[in-house]
Amino acid sequence: MAQITSVMPVAKMVGANRVIQGNGIVSPVGAPDLPPEEEKKLRERILRQALEALQREADANA
Amino acid sequence: MRVVHYLNQFFAGIGGEEAAGAPPEVRDGAQGPGRLLQQLLGPEAQVTRTLVCGDNYAAENLEQLTAWALDRVREAEADLFVAGPCFEAGRYGVATGALCAAVQQQLGIPAVTGMAEENPGVDLYRKDLYIIDSGTNVTAMREAVSRMASLALRLLAGEEVGPPSEAGYHPRGLIRDAFVEETAAQRLVRMVYAKATGAKYESELRGAVFPKVPAPPPVIDLSRAKVAIVTDGGVVPKGNPDRIQGNAAQNWGAYSIAGIDDLRAEDYEITHGGYDKRYVEEDPDRMVPVDVMRELERQGVVGKVHDQFISTSGLANPIANSRRLGREIAKKLKEDGVDAVILVSA
Repeated sequence: MAQITSVMPVAKMVGANRVIQGNGIVSPVGAPDLPPEEEKKLRERILRQALEALQREADANA
Repeated sequence: MRVVHYLNQFFAGIGGEEAAGAPPEVRDGAQGPGRLLQQLLGPEAQVTRTLVCGDNYAAENLEQLTAWALDRVREAEADLFVAGPCFEAGRYGVATGALCAAVQQQLGIPAVTGMAEENPGVDLYRKDLYIIDSGTNVTAMREAVSRMASLALRLLAGEEVGPPSEAGYHPRGLIRDAFVEETAAQRLVRMVYAKATGAKYESELRGAVFPKVPAPPPVIDLSRAKVAIVTDGGVVPKGNPDRIQGNAAQNWGAYSIAGIDDLRAEDYEITHGGYDKRYVEEDPDRMVPVDVMRELERQGVVGKVHDQFISTSGLANPIANSRRLGREIAKKLKEDGVDAVILVSA
């Protein structure tokens, strides 16, 4: 499992192993201030990071 | 004083896993570790009956087992109920926890069990019960039973039970008034000094403990993996069909995205009381990124996006409850053959 969150300290505190920085609490995989196409690109970037994390040993990402 | 003792099939000498389906039975007097219990309780208390049940039977029929055990304990006119110790055995621990809680609550007599910290029964029942810390080592049986016996004798005598560190039980989260010699400032400075110099000290306030969860191995071939989207951001179909609470949620839901390439605002709502929901209401893909995951699926980056996303509301939820939700979700995803999960958290 890879977790996308904007509150990294909480994820780290409870011991989540693969954590990716999200783009804000109110839209972790979105960006309401960007044009739709840009927003989707950002969403894809974050998801690709999460998918990469799934393929790595967890420690390398910690 | 009459005591009823509960054992699983292993400690009652029926057998190991192959006998875990054994239905409940009553035996006269003390059996197995119960003999040690009898010895340590002394002549004042008699283990008159032992209830025995296989771990699988107990796990699969917990309600029936509980009702049956309550009847047997009532018949025995017991003054005390003792179960285990269970060490790390999870099914055994969950069963003894449930039985002890039921006996205590419905028959009004004290109940004592013993488990290792890692046993899931501890988190489920530590608030309701005195659960002696048995450790994980079965060869330390004598020590575990001896602590259980002395705690049981105190409860029977109506004596004060000391703090967890003294009596050897798992902290229950109880706060009691006590007179102390030193003021808070003095105690604080003493603790800081001990901490700084590496000496031993005991904090008066215990923070939450998060046991280390081992990381699963990496996904070898993502292009052949089934990936599920899970969120604690409370995205649910309009009408919130599973009535998931937006605060301290008790449940979770699995919602079909079969054939859906993009979550539409008009089909979903948010049950979560802890963040400004407007942006996800406007576009649910900001929390449950079905649109991009479908594209990655088409490109062959991931093998398959699981046909359901899982949702609950991660707000102000007690740790034990959150763990239960996590366990349930993990079990469901495993049954569905999911290889990896993207968890999006608000």
